[in-house]
Amino acid sequence: MGSTNSTLLKIPNVEVLMQETGFSPAHIIRLHDRFKALDKEGRGHLCPHDFGAIKELAMNPIGDRIIGAFFSPGKETVDFHTFVKILAHFRPVDKDRPKEPNSPEPINSRSNKLKFAFQLYDQDKDGKISRDELLQVLRAMLGMQVTDEQLESIADRTIQEADLDRDDAISFEEFRKSLEKINIDHKMSIRFLR
Amino acid sequence: MASSICLCLLRAVFLVCFVNPLIQGLSGDVNLVQDPRHRLEKNLTGLSIVTFDWHHVQTPYLVITWVFVAGLAKLSVIELNHHVISVVPESGLLIILGFILGGIVWGADKAQTFKLLPPTFFYYLLPQIILDASYFMPNKLFFSNLGSILIYAIFGTCWNAATVGLSLWGCYEAGVMGNLDIGLLQFLLFGSLIAAVDPVAVIAVFEEVHVNEVLFILVFGESLLNDGVTVVLYNVFDAFVALGGPRIDAEEIFKGIFSFVVVAFGGSFLGVVFAVLLSLLTRCTKHIQIIEAGFVFVVGYLAYLTADMLSLSAILSVTFCGICCQKYVNANMDEKSVTTVRHAMKVLANGSETMIFVFLGITAIDTEIWVWNTGFILLTLLFVFIYRIIGVFLLTWMLNKFRLVPIEVIDQVVMSYGGLRGAVAYGLAAMLDKDKIPEKNLIISTTLIVVYFTVILQGITMKPLVQWLKVKRAAHSDLKLIEKLNNRAFDHILAAVEDICGRIGDNWWTRGWNRFEENYISWLLMKPKARKNRDYLFSIFHKLNLEDAVNYVSEGERQGSLAFIRSDEVANVDFKKQFGSEFTDVMPDIMVNMSNYELGIENFSVTSIVKDTIPSVSLDIHGKDRKNAADDINAHHLLQQHLYRSRKNHRHKFSRSHFSINQSEDEVQEIFQRTMRSRLESFKSAKMGVNPAKKITKHHKKDLTHKVKDFHDASFTWIAQLYPTHSSLPWLMETDAVAPSQRAQWRLPWTPNRLRRLAPMRVSTCSTDSFLMADLEEHEEKPQTDHEEEM
Repeated sequence: MGSTNSTLLKIPNVEVLMQETGFSPAHIIRLHDRFKALDKEGRGHLCPHDFGAIKELAMNPIGDRIIGAFFSPGKETVDFHTFVKILAHFRPVDKDRPKEPNSPEPINSRSNKLKFAFQLYDQDKDGKISRDELLQVLRAMLGMQVTDEQLESIADRTIQEADLDRDDAISFEEFRKSLEKINIDHKMSIRFLR
Repeated sequence: MASSICLCLLRAVFLVCFVNPLIQGLSGDVNLVQDPRHRLEKNLTGLSIVTFDWHHVQTPYLVITWVFVAGLAKLSVIELNHHVISVVPESGLLIILGFILGGIVWGADKAQTFKLLPPTFFYYLLPQIILDASYFMPNKLFFSNLGSILIYAIFGTCWNAATVGLSLWGCYEAGVMGNLDIGLLQFLLFGSLIAAVDPVAVIAVFEEVHVNEVLFILVFGESLLNDGVTVVLYNVFDAFVALGGPRIDAEEIFKGIFSFVVVAFGGSFLGVVFAVLLSLLTRCTKHIQIIEAGFVFVVGYLAYLTADMLSLSAILSVTFCGICCQKYVNANMDEKSVTTVRHAMKVLANGSETMIFVFLGITAIDTEIWVWNTGFILLTLLFVFIYRIIGVFLLTWMLNKFRLVPIEVIDQVVMSYGGLRGAVAYGLAAMLDKDKIPEKNLIISTTLIVVYFTVILQGITMKPLVQWLKVKRAAHSDLKLIEKLNNRAFDHILAAVEDICGRIGDNWWTRGWNRFEENYISWLLMKPKARKNRDYLFSIFHKLNLEDAVNYVSEGERQGSLAFIRSDEVANVDFKKQFGSEFTDVMPDIMVNMSNYELGIENFSVTSIVKDTIPSVSLDIHGKDRKNAADDINAHHLLQQHLYRSRKNHRHKFSRSHFSINQSEDEVQEIFQRTMRSRLESFKSAKMGVNPAKKITKHHKKDLTHKVKDFHDASFTWIAQLYPTHSSLPWLMETDAVAPSQRAQWRLPWTPNRLRRLAPMRVSTCSTDSFLMADLEEHEEKPQTDHEEEM
């Protein structure tokens, strides 16, 4: 598979990338192919409307938020490294990873996955999900038949359930606590990124 | 429960009263039946008003009666499954029912007059099942796993055939089976016919067990493609048996291998040729759409028969015909024809499958064919089972080195357990020549027993096995609101990231093939109009516009106070009565050209298409404490009902009876509209630096046209970038596109510009995106009167 190696060499800093994210060379190549396919004009980086061209994302109620998650605040483009790093969140958790106390947590750890999801809710990045932000998410995910009053009532109850320190907002710790029962490894992992 | 009992009784009565005398009349006294006629003819004293003439209608009558009985059988089986816990798969129940029916016939007749004859099976019952399977095959999934499927089909089947045949021969030589007149070649022949996994059985059992799609496509694809190998092996060993042992030398073996290549590739190629023929045909049937649907079946069947005539693999031919023609036929045909074909295929396939299983049961009740040899039968069962497991695990171990997504152990277990044999094996066994193979009856008996074992026993235990092997999730009896919400959010997130990653490989080959296909093949095989509408987003957009327009009109009616005068072609919407004094100067009469819609205007009933609007539930926030419990239930109920389902919950399931695969259209509409609107908002605020919520005074009206033009240019480029494949924007094309009335569902339009835009329902080429215009005007052209009104 000579083409494999040559493709790998074309990507800058590929070793570091593989180390950080834990992807195998085959996966990096596949993601690189996908990156090139999305980047129709061959500029080497992606813009929001490259993502917008993915048809199925328009049918996803929180598709645009997820697109936004790829772009760090202020930046208008995504290069391949960022692309891979974000997707690394969805790698299935390595069950038999040796626990080295000094190494940083891998990107696809349970905690980091939750952080990614948290950031989708917390658009203004203040570390808390305010009532308004929750309302926005609820509005996006619920059908048209639900009235605004019903929406607010659901938002209020949701915050009530999760908010332990009564500050009318959900912090990351409260968020993590409320999702203890859910199998995050299963729900936020894509099989083919193993 | 009562209804199912009634049904069973009805069936039993029918069978006993009707079928029995038929058979008696058939086999017994043919002369007696004929005689009355002859007697009548001889002693024709007067005119006979009615005569009973069985002989003329005998054959078609029997055929139809059996189809009817099979249908009744399926009905009662399903009724039974509804009321009794469905433990036994339908196919198993049908076989058991076949036993009962066979018993009745045998009891009446002392001989099995209704057997499953191989020609009937191979020419009348099997083709439609394969056509149905291939027509609904998920192509992307199939082709992305094609390598693995081929490995399983070719090497797996060869392995099965060789090992089973050789092991049985070894055991025979060891003397376990007693005295049989059988040799090595015959054992190999038997191995080859018992080795193949059967598509009918696989569909029947896996339909009820929902496994993940990759696993399903591997087993299913293997069962379809292994026919190439089976046919070759069977024919080769059949010929070898006829030739006799001594005459087989290297040349013959080499010819055998070569014949595999010819048969398999020839069959597939023939299927592709017929698929091209079918697509071209449907491309040309614009003016006679009513018979389009028939072509699909006719050409499919022709593909099967032609391949069989040329001794190529008929199943492969039909498979590839269906796989290749799907896309083009569905694009070319009228929507009604597409629906017709889908439904008809399911009916035919269902019916055939039912008949096959019932007859498999009936043919068992026949004392002539049963030869019992404990050693042979038990050993066959054992070897078939064991070698399947070994084969699957071996091949998967090799494949996992090359696959991007390795196949897990659990999947391998299910795959090996799902190696079901079915009617094809029986058909091949029944076709054996008794002179060359003296132990034909033993082979038939063994094949039948293997089929029953796999279908009934393995079918029963498949579902529990699958459930048992999956990781048990903790019992979440009391999920809190936030957990439910997040569960759904995670589904959506996962679906979105999968889409971003490109679930199926996006490498150079796929892209190259897609480009080639788009430019050349679609040009040849698809109608030009269908090609234009290929853009999925555009077709949804088009549907949304149509719905918007229809809803707009019906909403106007529903408001009640409109005088809706309709002629045949023009709908006159008069808004004056509604908004009366405030807007008289602003609102003209608008003429809406309704001729584009086949609404059947004479019978136009408003209530039928008005969407159910917002339910009037009032939540009293102040009385929160009182209503806590009620609110809680309410909130949970709301979440349960109204959360959008993610695509993951609608994975493609191959099913005999259901074939809707997408989210409900309403949800898609809503989500799409919202997404597009929010994208436009963010785009507008980014590009124009205008906060849309700001109140625009009269002063700005002068700049409006200029700004609008700027905006249009800007939006043009943005939209153009979004649809790079189109040289012109979808809504600029001179098609039947309709200007959307975005707000139609919630509000009636009340500005002259908007009304004017709606008046000619075709979009003019000078106005650009009416999609944008809708939002634009709403924010910037609000008449002052509105604000004054509110204050």
